[in-house]
Amino acid sequence: MDGFIRAIIQGVPIGGVFALVAVGFVLTYKTSGVFNLAFGGQAFASAALYFKLHVIEEWPQWISLVLSVFVLAPLVGLILERVIFRHLRNASDLARLVVSIGMLVLIPAVMKEILDIATVVKHPVGILPDGLHPYQLFGRYPVSRDEISQVVFAVLAALLLAALFRFTALGLQMRAVVESARMTELAGIRSDRITAFSWALSSTFAGLAGVLIAPRYTTVNETYFFVLVVAGIAAAAIGGLTSLPRSLGGGFALGVTAILLRTYLPQDSIIANQIQPALPFIVLFCVVLFWKDRATVSDPLATVDPPPPSSASDDRGALLTWGTRGFWSVVLGLMAMHALVWGNEFRTTLYTQAVIYAIIFMSVTVFTGIAGEISLCQSSFAAIGAFATMQFADRFGVSVIGGAFIGAMIAALVGAALALPLMRLGGIWLALATLAFALLFESVIVNFDWVGGLVPLPKVPRPLLGTIDFENERTFFVLCVVALLLVAFVVVRVRNGTTGLFLTAMRGSETAIASIGVSRARLRVTAFALSAGIAGLGGGLLGMYSSTISYSSDFGPFIGLFWLVLVVNLSTRTVEGAMQAAAGFVLFPEYILKPLDLGGAYQYIFFGIGAITFARHPEGILEFQKRRSMNSIQRRIDRRSGRSSSSEMPSVDTPTMGTTS
Amino acid sequence: MNTLLQAVQVTKRFAGITALNEVSLDVAPGEFVGLIGPNGAGKTTLFNCLSGLTRFDSGSISFDGVDLSGVAVHQRARLGIARTFQRMELFTGMTVRQHLLVTDRAHSRSGAMWKDILTGSKARRDELQRVDELLDFLDLGADADRDVAALSLGRGRIVELARALMTQPKLLLLDEPSSGLDISETEVVIERLHEVNRERGVAILLVEHDVEMVRSLATRVFVLDFGTRIASGTTAEVFGDANVQRAYLGGVS
Repeated sequence: MDGFIRAIIQGVPIGGVFALVAVGFVLTYKTSGVFNLAFGGQAFASAALYFKLHVIEEWPQWISLVLSVFVLAPLVGLILERVIFRHLRNASDLARLVVSIGMLVLIPAVMKEILDIATVVKHPVGILPDGLHPYQLFGRYPVSRDEISQVVFAVLAALLLAALFRFTALGLQMRAVVESARMTELAGIRSDRITAFSWALSSTFAGLAGVLIAPRYTTVNETYFFVLVVAGIAAAAIGGLTSLPRSLGGGFALGVTAILLRTYLPQDSIIANQIQPALPFIVLFCVVLFWKDRATVSDPLATVDPPPPSSASDDRGALLTWGTRGFWSVVLGLMAMHALVWGNEFRTTLYTQAVIYAIIFMSVTVFTGIAGEISLCQSSFAAIGAFATMQFADRFGVSVIGGAFIGAMIAALVGAALALPLMRLGGIWLALATLAFALLFESVIVNFDWVGGLVPLPKVPRPLLGTIDFENERTFFVLCVVALLLVAFVVVRVRNGTTGLFLTAMRGSETAIASIGVSRARLRVTAFALSAGIAGLGGGLLGMYSSTISYSSDFGPFIGLFWLVLVVNLSTRTVEGAMQAAAGFVLFPEYILKPLDLGGAYQYIFFGIGAITFARHPEGILEFQKRRSMNSIQRRIDRRSGRSSSSEMPSVDTPTMGTTS
Repeated sequence: MNTLLQAVQVTKRFAGITALNEVSLDVAPGEFVGLIGPNGAGKTTLFNCLSGLTRFDSGSISFDGVDLSGVAVHQRARLGIARTFQRMELFTGMTVRQHLLVTDRAHSRSGAMWKDILTGSKARRDELQRVDELLDFLDLGADADRDVAALSLGRGRIVELARALMTQPKLLLLDEPSSGLDISETEVVIERLHEVNRERGVAILLVEHDVEMVRSLATRVFVLDFGTRIASGTTAEVFGDANVQRAYLGGVS
């Protein structure tokens, strides 16, 4: 009993911080419909500033607190709303999710660049002087000042918010804006001000949570805050993403359960060591799966928006189609020459890397571009492919090429197995469940011996085909290019084929696709398995490329988010989009940032800026530019040949159809 | 008389409200049946139960001798139940022709991914022929290559009808096909439904507020009010019934 009470008393403060995050998160979701993963970045920003001012510069605690939580945090919230999310008001949930992931990457990168705290080794400090000072609760249970501050602030914030919603006109207006910002405007309320206010408020919550929880960590590192936000999301999911009291309760419950597990599970067993940190992810996954009354925010005025434009390549003429293909063949040929003939071995390896990432990114093309859903665990599938290749080569002596295919199969099977329970979900909920899976994979599954837990990790050999040894970087490059072409072929065929047609139809209407006799479940599982398989194949190749698999730097969940946003920013519909994203991912740091002497953080900053452009061109910036240039070229062709318009050209999907009518 | 569709005492409750209260209904092969009732009577709920979108609490539904409990929406479609929707459910972003092509592919079950990869995806001649025939039949030729988002509500309803017919159904469930249509469009629909029913032998269950349309097409009519079947019989019987006139026709007929 004593241990039980002790666990509860230890768990409540952590739970309080989770609750604070959950409440802020729900506030943003309720008032702007944005599923704001950038919350982690916002929490980090305040924690980092507080750390800089108080711990490094040794300013007084209260000034640091005011500046970081009550000045910086609302400011960040306002900027996010004003610059980005206001323009995405009528965009899809997924578009907003992607942009918020972009901000999750951008904000910490900018803060670290400005504050220059990346290399400082000091322990974060709480908001009260002498925060570790213990008090004895009931004379026997130690509680520190930091812990007390965590509980008090969480409860205060929740009460404040409840009062705001319940007793003020502002709260009522906020609730109306949730339903439909445009409808509210028709009723004569300036919804943009309401939304801006709620962003500032929720951002303050994030900042406060960040500053409060920082003393629990050894350093101020953005990944901790990302995990904190996932815990907050799990708590918010318990509240169905809309109920503030239930989110609050969920936060406390999560905190207490985590400590109870630590207390009562056998010490030092694999389960005990890994389950406890993974608890929020497990809870999130289960809540998403089993919770029935899922909130969906849908705008009653949504149908007044024009439909999104079709892909630029869908309505170009035959001449232009062959023209672009020819152009790209030349560009790719030149790049291959650049990689193989004109360069040194280092350049070849760089290009090899780009080719492998292009394969991995095509998994995004399949799932997001064709199926229209978002998966945040593509990096886990790639890791499965890499580890499977390694394990099969190491344990069973399977040739690595075979191993890579087996790895792709295993990844596809895991994808299918994951899709089965998730097939009823879509949109945000699917994204959440996959995020939970990615984090679960990282904190639990990777550590098993039969995945990536062996120390030291066996090396992945390069393939050997007859007399061709792929130890040679140039031959390995060619092998990867062949794999890329194969995957691209499959992706294009599936996109233009019946499966692609079905998936496009399903994006149009889920109900109707079933009513014409297509199994939605099978369609989703197929798309997810194909996507996972492609990621797995790419992962296997990446393993061979680097010979030692480094999970955390190549396959972590954060990296997966980065990949997704990168591809989505460029273009998810086309194979070129994936290739260009890969080229950007690998070559940009090497050929642009290095010569300019800019640090790696700038990659993230440019990337975040890219996410902002996404706010204006949700079809992808490349797709937008492509459409513009294509239209102008097409006009020129038309003018020369004296034709009036090309808009009646048959689409690429069914090239023969237009000519028969 | 053999029956195609047989619903027996179907009951559906939504959080305390009984949307359907032991409703029974049957449709014979090739028959044209009307289903009428005021708004909120449970007509669409019944349709959703028949096509599998909604699970009902008790009762049973069988189609063509198959018990439909536990049969998923898409499987019912394959058995031969097609439907249109009161709130239109079109595949936004696709052309009319693509709507029909995708439906034809779904019907012929040629959606396996490996076929896409191995054989490519050009529309085959026979597919295009079937699509064109249906486009002609419903006068959709002029809109064939337009995005459905660009169509008027009335044309959209006809696309839904075309899509439902493309599955070559035995039973067509039509949920207010004439709402949003102008008079001449309605006449075309009436004429086509007549043909579909007589010449192709497709049984039709029609939910419709346009009483004249029901009267001119249906041979039998069921009437729902507050989730209960208040009348059934031949068209003449039902429209002559005093209860029906009170509940639905407002005493005028």
